[in-house]
Amino acid sequence: MMFIRYAVWRFLTMLLTLAVVSVLVFIIINLPPGDYLSNQIAELRATGQAEGVAKAEFLRKEYALDRPLWQQYLIWVGMIPGPQGFSGLIQGDFGWSFEFDAPVADIVGDALWLTVLVNLAAVLFVYLVALPLGVLAAWKSATWVDYTTAFVGYLGLATPNFLLALILFYYGHKYLGLPIGGLMSPEFEGEPMSLAKVQSILIHLIVPTFVIGTSGAAGMMQRLRANMLDELSKPYVETGKAKGLSSTRLLTKYPLRMAFNPFVADIGNLLPAMVSGSVLVSVVLGLQTIGPALLTALKSQDQFLAAFVLMFVALLTLIGTMISDLLLVLLDPRIRYGAREG
Amino acid sequence: MAPLLDVRDLSIGFGSAPPVVAGVNFSVSAGETLAIVGESGSGKTLSCRSILRILPRTAQLRRGAIEFGIGSARTDLLKLPSCDIRDIRGDRISMIFQEPMHSLSPLHRIGNQVAEVLTLHRDMTTAEAKKDVLATFDRVGFADPERAFRAYPFEMSGGMRQRAMIAMAMVAKPDLLIADEPTTALDVTTQAQVLGLMKDLQRDTGMAMILVTHDLGVVANMADSVVVMSKGHVMESGPAPAVLGNPGHGYTRKLFAAAPMIPKDAIPVPPVEKDDLILELQNVSKTYTVRAGGWRAKKQVFACRDVSLKLQRGKTLAVVGESGSGKTTCARIALGAEIPDDGSRVLFRAKANDEPVCINDLSRSEKIAFQRQAQMVFQDPYSSLSPRMRVQEALTEPMEIHRIGDKIARRDKAAEMLRWVGLNPDMLKRYPHAFSGGQRQRLSIARALTLDPVLLVCDEPTSALDVSVQEQILSLLERIRDGMGLSYLFISHDLAVVARIADEVAVMRQGVVVEQAPPSTLFYNPRHPYTKALIAAQPEPDVSRPIDLAQVAHGAGSSASWPDQFRFEGRDAPDLIQVEPGHKVRCHA
Repeated sequence: MMFIRYAVWRFLTMLLTLAVVSVLVFIIINLPPGDYLSNQIAELRATGQAEGVAKAEFLRKEYALDRPLWQQYLIWVGMIPGPQGFSGLIQGDFGWSFEFDAPVADIVGDALWLTVLVNLAAVLFVYLVALPLGVLAAWKSATWVDYTTAFVGYLGLATPNFLLALILFYYGHKYLGLPIGGLMSPEFEGEPMSLAKVQSILIHLIVPTFVIGTSGAAGMMQRLRANMLDELSKPYVETGKAKGLSSTRLLTKYPLRMAFNPFVADIGNLLPAMVSGSVLVSVVLGLQTIGPALLTALKSQDQFLAAFVLMFVALLTLIGTMISDLLLVLLDPRIRYGAREG
Repeated sequence: MAPLLDVRDLSIGFGSAPPVVAGVNFSVSAGETLAIVGESGSGKTLSCRSILRILPRTAQLRRGAIEFGIGSARTDLLKLPSCDIRDIRGDRISMIFQEPMHSLSPLHRIGNQVAEVLTLHRDMTTAEAKKDVLATFDRVGFADPERAFRAYPFEMSGGMRQRAMIAMAMVAKPDLLIADEPTTALDVTTQAQVLGLMKDLQRDTGMAMILVTHDLGVVANMADSVVVMSKGHVMESGPAPAVLGNPGHGYTRKLFAAAPMIPKDAIPVPPVEKDDLILELQNVSKTYTVRAGGWRAKKQVFACRDVSLKLQRGKTLAVVGESGSGKTTCARIALGAEIPDDGSRVLFRAKANDEPVCINDLSRSEKIAFQRQAQMVFQDPYSSLSPRMRVQEALTEPMEIHRIGDKIARRDKAAEMLRWVGLNPDMLKRYPHAFSGGQRQRLSIARALTLDPVLLVCDEPTSALDVSVQEQILSLLERIRDGMGLSYLFISHDLAVVARIADEVAVMRQGVVVEQAPPSTLFYNPRHPYTKALIAAQPEPDVSRPIDLAQVAHGAGSSASWPDQFRFEGRDAPDLIQVEPGHKVRCHA
């Protein structure tokens, strides 16, 4: 079947892109001179702590940081054996965080899932808010409905996220008793999943979802409105009217379906924008996502941790674009059958 | 008996401006066809859309009544509540629109969109509706109704889409069909077939039909009675033979005078001398390799094959053909905008007796020099002028690009060109939106002339214009050609236009030239079945000369269905053979 063939082809190109991204990530991280350990060694030497130097030298060998860059890369990916044999991304070993003195996997473990959770919630929020409001604004264009949604939308776009976060925390706590900061109550941290824990996470999610999603929703709404307005003036809408369709049925079956394409195509852009956009918000809100970890890792040249986080974000992006491409093929017959003999 | 539909004293306006449709009356009875004729802006479209109340949001129905129905069921459509008018739309009155390319939703299957009418108005299940739709598809001439049912609009040609639109309008067997310029966007042979189909369907069902058009030829072929509109008012109305045979109103006579026609009497003209060629296409072919996506196979498309044309200095060579015949590709290649396949040569001589330059292998500076000599006039004057540039900027830009003159000289040149095309030099400060379609086309001709070219390629320069404006633009082009000594490569789908302006005509079909001759020879002694079909399909504004559909169908079919002498399949076209001096036909010897 055509779709499956396309999906497989699209998946393979995604893997290829991921490989290219890994090279870029590795090069960018290694652009500043030195690495975490050589910086540390220099510092230890300066302060005369010889025993520490020996440990750092050992770690340098252990993680092959003394080898040429291309070998380091291949070892990191797991394509040539390093000091511990084949042990890289392919084998599921994400490396060692020097800053936290622990395996990368342990440090990001929970944060990874929480990041996905927070961002999925935000994406869902964006779509649930933008879809009805955008359609409504287009349908009732140049009326008070349109102006109000546009005003609220621009407000959402213009307010800095962290400011919105602080305001919402303050008022949310004052009037609704919403918790401040974190993604769950402290007593659940490190505990196994339970109903109470899920509940706690959900309550803690409300404000972050709103904060991360608002500007995305505002932008998406404006785009959807513009698309809908374009579609509403197309002749096929008139054809539908002349057929005797009611406004609601006409609107949802034809122009909305058309305006949906750019909406779906945005999924791919939305995910990375949110992950990177939410770094600052995560710091402000004290969310245990990978955002804060990325910030620390980049500052201290903790290369394996930084590389892993960047790879993860890239993977999210690629998956997002793949999903939107596949959805587009399902939604739009022109893409699906464009080459079918006429 | 009262007519089926009676429109009385209809007035429509926008805002506080005077009405754009004022006191219009017309009526149509069952089984009858009424044509509403007029130029753009005459209010013909608004009048007929008000019947179904499909008007722009800002339009106000100011006065009048539209009575519809028979006997006691007669109602005023303008007074019906909106849920009741919805029941009439698509069921008792249906409508066909001008743009078959955009009037169907591209994301839904044809069958789904057509069957929707039945599920909406007849409480049919999807399966029952499908049965009816398939029968209608068969009736409107789809060879494989099942396949058409499953197809998406983008998989069909314009003519097929318009058939689907007709099927959609007919499937509920309405009492009245309103067709708003149903064939304007179609090729002339397709137009003939679609008109024939509509006439047959009307005969079968006995429905009434309102046909909105600007083409008197279409009126003569279709209508029982005619309403001529101009600037929102009815100028003249009456039975078609009377109005067309002996137009009473000055405006109607003006429309007749402007309508381009293939002249009735042949005046044999000697073939054009070919001693000073300005442009020569030698065996030009163009193949496109289409690859729609990374996971699909490549496909080769032959846009034109082995085209050889010679344009004499100071003359007009017309290339005629339907959409997809490769005529525009030829024009683009002639201008160097497209690179032809290997083995093709395009030669250009800027002055008589110059060494010819080969356009496909020019150096960068030679190319710029060539572009000064050869300019283009485009089809759509609405999109070929930037709405953000004043006329002066649009006209001086070519000179800026080629670094000709200083600011003042450029402005003077622009003003001079405006005078040439019959516009006032005061207009330099205006923006294009302040001009009508005809004036815009004058502007785009003026822009092409600012570089003092010797060759002008005109790609359907009049097909987006009203007939009376078309007439003016053609005269202008002739005047400029003779006044400035220009040569034209003229691309068109309209034989009547070509009959007037061309010195030689090449008829193209599916990428090959099938016949080539001076217009007088071509029109009175056509040899090729396709040329004959083109001529037969041209609607004449004369009720006594209807379109000969059999002749059209005979020549407009695939090349494999032509008579033995001309038949070919795939790429094995026979050679172009000279049958008399200056007259070549593609046929087997």
